Amino acid sequence: MPVLEELKAQIARRLPELDMVIGWGHGYDCLHRTPVFIENAADIEKLVFDPLCVHNLSTYLTRYGSGKKIGVVVKGCDSRSVVELLQEKLINRDNIVVFGLPCEGVADLGKVKRALQEQNLDMGRVKSATVEGGKLILAVSGKEVALALNDVLADKCGRCRYHNAVIHDEFAGTPVEGQAQDAYEDLAAFENQTLEERMEFWRGQMERCVRCYACRNACPMCVCRDHCIAQSRDPNWVSQGDGLEEKFFFQMIHAMHLAGRCTECGECERACPVDIPLLLLKRKLGKEIQELFDYRAGTEPEVKPPLLAFKVEEDNINERGW
Amino acid sequence: MDKELRIVGFLCNWCSYGGADTAGVGRFIQPTDLRIIRLPCSGRIDPLFVLKTLIGGADGVLVSGCHPRDCHYSEGNYYARRRLEVLKRFLPVIGIDQGRFEYTWVSASEGQRWQHVVTTFTNQIHALGPIQRIGKDAQARACAFGRTLEVDIPA
Repeated sequence: MPVLEELKAQIARRLPELDMVIGWGHGYDCLHRTPVFIENAADIEKLVFDPLCVHNLSTYLTRYGSGKKIGVVVKGCDSRSVVELLQEKLINRDNIVVFGLPCEGVADLGKVKRALQEQNLDMGRVKSATVEGGKLILAVSGKEVALALNDVLADKCGRCRYHNAVIHDEFAGTPVEGQAQDAYEDLAAFENQTLEERMEFWRGQMERCVRCYACRNACPMCVCRDHCIAQSRDPNWVSQGDGLEEKFFFQMIHAMHLAGRCTECGECERACPVDIPLLLLKRKLGKEIQELFDYRAGTEPEVKPPLLAFKVEEDNINERGW
Repeated sequence: MDKELRIVGFLCNWCSYGGADTAGVGRFIQPTDLRIIRLPCSGRIDPLFVLKTLIGGADGVLVSGCHPRDCHYSEGNYYARRRLEVLKRFLPVIGIDQGRFEYTWVSASEGQRWQHVVTTFTNQIHALGPIQRIGKDAQARACAFGRTLEVDIPA
């Protein structure tokens, strides 16, 4: 049975005990998927699952009042966010039903757009999109374009070690084999530059930031919502000024608040309307956390996140070194 | 020593602030670049304090608290140690030299050690020189762009 049919059957079976199930459905055009909130059996037909289902739906779990029973459909990376939320006791395991899926990567629409631009085609004119045999087949302006899926997958998928949901109550389809190793090559390449070059890089990137907070709103771990210190007047951490310092400092707040918690789902980067490579900051922190505390966010439900704990004698911190 | 630089020190009320006091009472000669901000505990230090200080134009930031096992609040400095170590390793990726930020432990009786810490850190910052401001060039560019807009608009 195809994954989607199996998923629909599972949701149909569990729906009576749930207030809502969150999954993906068709968006405003054929390339975009949108979250669908399933409350009755008729809504189940709206479900879609293919490499265009990029959103991390676990971001919605913290938005509903306690006591509601919610089902959520997750890919491998999304399930890590669910684990991390559980670890921090931000959601209650009894109120969540996790529908796990296997995933072989999701498309990066930025890459699709650039691939089409190379052929002088406009992504806005795509009439239909289907995934077949490792290819994304698009009908654009009367032409048929087949893009190799491997060329348009998000960067995070190339180094993914968690193709299958790490936590699930129901699992549809067969688990995907194979584990890529994450050698942090992108980070190493970035860090080959001098400090001045790195600062200059971020100046260029952050200058484009419009402080729309889309990165924050899409982030499943950003749970402060309306109490975000970036919008607080007292204390006034970030002013309303549009200087580079404010923009960059907002991103630093975001990164530091996710240290040891970020599951690198890449939602911040996907949601960014001006394509700032925000994941780089978080990956740097993720790498250091892994080196220091041997911890990857969202992989071990029983472990306490490292920055909420301590050891009297730290294994990897040489604090008297200087 | 050449011109003074701006160094901000976040000191724990119970140990390091006392240590700095001891150093003063003992009349140990110290460089005068450091401005001290007194905090109840090194555990009070949000890594964002340090980032905000550096972005705000400080050339260096020093955090000093009680030695591990000596915290007035039992475990504040243990949490601080983890956060500050993560912060220290984060700085290079945004283009700030790791050496501009240090954290250390000085107890109230260690006037001598305080003198050593301040002198070493101040020398380290002087070796690195003034920090490059993040927004300075961007502001200049924005102003230049603003000026290009002031062209004669035909009536």
